[in-house]
Amino acid sequence: MGKVHSIQSLGTVDGPGVRFVVFLNGCPLRCKCCHNPDTWDFNAGSEYSADEIVGKAERYREYFGKTGGITLSGGEPLCQSDFATEIFMLCKKRGINTCLDTSGAVLNEGVKSLLKFCDRVLLDIKYTNEKHYKENVGMKYESVLKFLGTLEKMNVNTTVRQVIIPGINDTEENFSELEKIVKMHRCIDGIELLPFKKICQVKYDSMGIKFPFSNICEGDIEKIKLIESELKAKCFNN
Amino acid sequence: MRHENWNGFADGNWQNEINVRNFIQTNYEEYRGDGTFLEGATKRTNALMERLNELLKLERLFGGVLDIDVDTVSSLTNYAPGYLDKENEIIVGLQTNKPLQRGVNPFGGMRMVKNACEAYGYKLSRKVEEEFMYRTTHNDGVFRAYTDEMRAARKCHVITGLPDAYGRGRIIGDYRRVALYGADRLIEEKKKDKKALEGCIFDEEHIRLSAELFQQITFLEYLKEMAAMYGFDISQPASNAREAIQWTYFGYLGAIKEQNGAAMSLGRVSTFFDIYIQRDIKNGVLTEKKAQELIDDFVMKLRMARHLRTPEYNELFGGDPMWITEALGGMGEDGRSLVTKNTFRMLNTLYNLGSAPEPNLTVLWSKNLPEGFKRFCAKVSADTDSIQYENDDIMRPVYGDDYAIACCVSAMKLGKQMQFFGARCNLPKLLLIAINGGYDTSSKIKIGPQMPVLDSEKMDYDVVKERYSVYIEWLCRLYVNTMNVIHYTHDKYAYEKTQMALHDTDVHRFMAFGIAGLSVAVDSLSAIKYAKVRPVKNEEGYITDFEREGDFPKFGNDDDRVDLIAKGLTHQVITELRKTPAYRNAEHTLSVLTITSNVMYGKHTAATPDGRVAGAPFAPGANPMHNREENGALASLNSVAKISYDDCRDGISNTFSITPDALGRSTEERISNLVSIIDGYFAKNAHHININVMNRDTLIKAYENPDEYPNLTIRVSGYAVRFNKLSREQQREVIIRTFHVAL
Repeated sequence: MGKVHSIQSLGTVDGPGVRFVVFLNGCPLRCKCCHNPDTWDFNAGSEYSADEIVGKAERYREYFGKTGGITLSGGEPLCQSDFATEIFMLCKKRGINTCLDTSGAVLNEGVKSLLKFCDRVLLDIKYTNEKHYKENVGMKYESVLKFLGTLEKMNVNTTVRQVIIPGINDTEENFSELEKIVKMHRCIDGIELLPFKKICQVKYDSMGIKFPFSNICEGDIEKIKLIESELKAKCFNN
Repeated sequence: MRHENWNGFADGNWQNEINVRNFIQTNYEEYRGDGTFLEGATKRTNALMERLNELLKLERLFGGVLDIDVDTVSSLTNYAPGYLDKENEIIVGLQTNKPLQRGVNPFGGMRMVKNACEAYGYKLSRKVEEEFMYRTTHNDGVFRAYTDEMRAARKCHVITGLPDAYGRGRIIGDYRRVALYGADRLIEEKKKDKKALEGCIFDEEHIRLSAELFQQITFLEYLKEMAAMYGFDISQPASNAREAIQWTYFGYLGAIKEQNGAAMSLGRVSTFFDIYIQRDIKNGVLTEKKAQELIDDFVMKLRMARHLRTPEYNELFGGDPMWITEALGGMGEDGRSLVTKNTFRMLNTLYNLGSAPEPNLTVLWSKNLPEGFKRFCAKVSADTDSIQYENDDIMRPVYGDDYAIACCVSAMKLGKQMQFFGARCNLPKLLLIAINGGYDTSSKIKIGPQMPVLDSEKMDYDVVKERYSVYIEWLCRLYVNTMNVIHYTHDKYAYEKTQMALHDTDVHRFMAFGIAGLSVAVDSLSAIKYAKVRPVKNEEGYITDFEREGDFPKFGNDDDRVDLIAKGLTHQVITELRKTPAYRNAEHTLSVLTITSNVMYGKHTAATPDGRVAGAPFAPGANPMHNREENGALASLNSVAKISYDDCRDGISNTFSITPDALGRSTEERISNLVSIIDGYFAKNAHHININVMNRDTLIKAYENPDEYPNLTIRVSGYAVRFNKLSREQQREVIIRTFHVAL
């Protein structure tokens, strides 16, 4: 059994194609840019069995086409790695494509066995230096690199994601560091740079807590798209 | 039989009998590529379109009606030829003698015509009024035959939108026949059919048929005359693409001059035209650019079609629609798709002429359609919000591969089947009438079986269900009887001569019933079943409101507990309807479609047990109630897909609005995902989906500054409208609908 925050029957931005997205409860991090503070609590959410989740996903199989499938997001799904593994094992048995959306914050035996059943990992590399990780995330930068190393070793298809936060990581150093990382890992075949948005403000307000980045402006979508395509060209076109 | 204008076409049965399907199947060339071959608008097209846009702007400034000819009764030959720009048009013909001028058509009813004229500051001429003083209109006939109970049902809005004051519509002439055979051959065949009646016993049925055939033949002659006024002889088959389009259009034009039915649909002409276009291109007399120009000009004519309506009518069917529905694509029975280059050209008019609600472009979708076409459709949807999709894979087994769509979602074999249109009944109101033992609290009318008010502290599902069944049974019987009256009199006083002349003489008839407010009725039943619902009475002892304790499953979340109530209710209604025989042995069908009448229906309905307040709009068609969908877009689609097409053969309409962001990050992704969504929805045996890809903000801006968004088109319920042609109330309802957004 696992703790589920919510289910979104149509997801198109968390993995390839049309996806059934399950948000799991609980996250050890407190990212200042977090857009799902309502998923932090390990004890909240509804109890589901892996069978129930996959049974629900089955109802959408017709929409998945050639590329779609299920995505586990959160919260931090690595914190419920046994539950996640059970779901993905069932999916693989039934031929449903699996995708994991994670920060890479946890790496243990449970997580390693989960990775065996991932068709793709969306790895959120939030920043590219220790200082930013320490200030804005609450985990070590090297942890995410270690996680990435494991993905490389296990040869898991990986898309690197990063939310571009004006004034923090919209810098040349960050983009060139990111380029270096991508080039060093053959498992990475996708890059998504996402604009920082503040629609989550209402969630913070309703929870009565402060949104740490409420004073930062939203990102320029067109500019970020341009940087993303330049980065992709540098990393993949050779 | 061979005709020289058929040179170059493959032989087939179509030469020996009237059989357009056979002509298409033996002659068309499937196209499996993408849209890269398409041509843009020519200078001539742009100039004409500019002129038309000026007129459309004037029409808006004049409050929606540019001009009315109050002196002439609309019919095939009553107007002198009209043009948008005589020298430059390549397809010609207008309903009256001026573009966008509306004619008066009192055959369906005089009062509606008079009121409509007055609503726009005109006065119907004495001449027309006198002409009809000694003539029975359809409307006169109906009201002579209506019983008190029928009038009461109409008055309290439990059955509304009945076609008893104007033409019934929803009949599609097979206009292609005019082009393929020429009018003379069609007349000859009809004469043969009339002659064949000589062996029959002349009972009521055969007398009527004999008289109808006489009228059909007369109107085919008028059609020839009408074409001759524009300088064309349509007695013989069309000899090239331009003529094929022109002849077909004349058939359609004759129909809309004669009839002012609510829905005057076009049929399925694109692939038919492609055969002529291909022949001309092969013969070196036509280029791709010129072919597109022909289609653009044809579509421009269709966009100028108008009928004169009253403000009350617009409240039901907002946006001044004609439902000039053209069915595109679909699969053939031999496994080839019916997609041709001309299918693409037709969609391309939305780029060349700008997006618009008419013609009502309807893609017959199959999982086996060529990928290039699927992707092109998705792109057009995302760019223009102007097309709808219907499931060919569930319709083809029923109607074959030469059917078309009348109005929004009504399938019928072209030239072989027609329908008697029957508006819709209001299911939530019926539930309230049942609970109140035969009393409608909003109109204060006693109606139906009289029983005590259901009063108990907590409403019991089984008791309510049983009571509801009694009233469903009563209403269905009354509904069929009412429709029988309407269609008997319509046949008698306003028979569709031109359109029926373009059908086989032996035609299959459907009688199409409808329901409104399905999701409200279903959620109400679910609330009674799963939550605690306590009725609140007024001083007179009638229940006018409800209090709820606890949550309940809501339609639109892929939850069988409630979705199966919807499936069961639609099944129950059609089963009850079938118990009362329909006029002319018509086959009973049912639709879940509201057009924009969901607003008006809601307005006349008191508070419902699901928590909907008195007067609030229903959701359109089969849509879940807005903002009750908690599990995202696909869950909502899955719920609607559970309603069985076998129970609702007249269509199950679903309108789906999604923001671009929620469809994917790049254009390519959005196209692929949209294709996957349509494929998936139809694999679930769903029937219809209207797709809008837009942000709610755009609508809000258009609501606040209508003049800045003159061409904003949006699919509402089985058709598309210009947003600024909707009433303020209808606009507000469209804005509050669910928009599926990215999280």
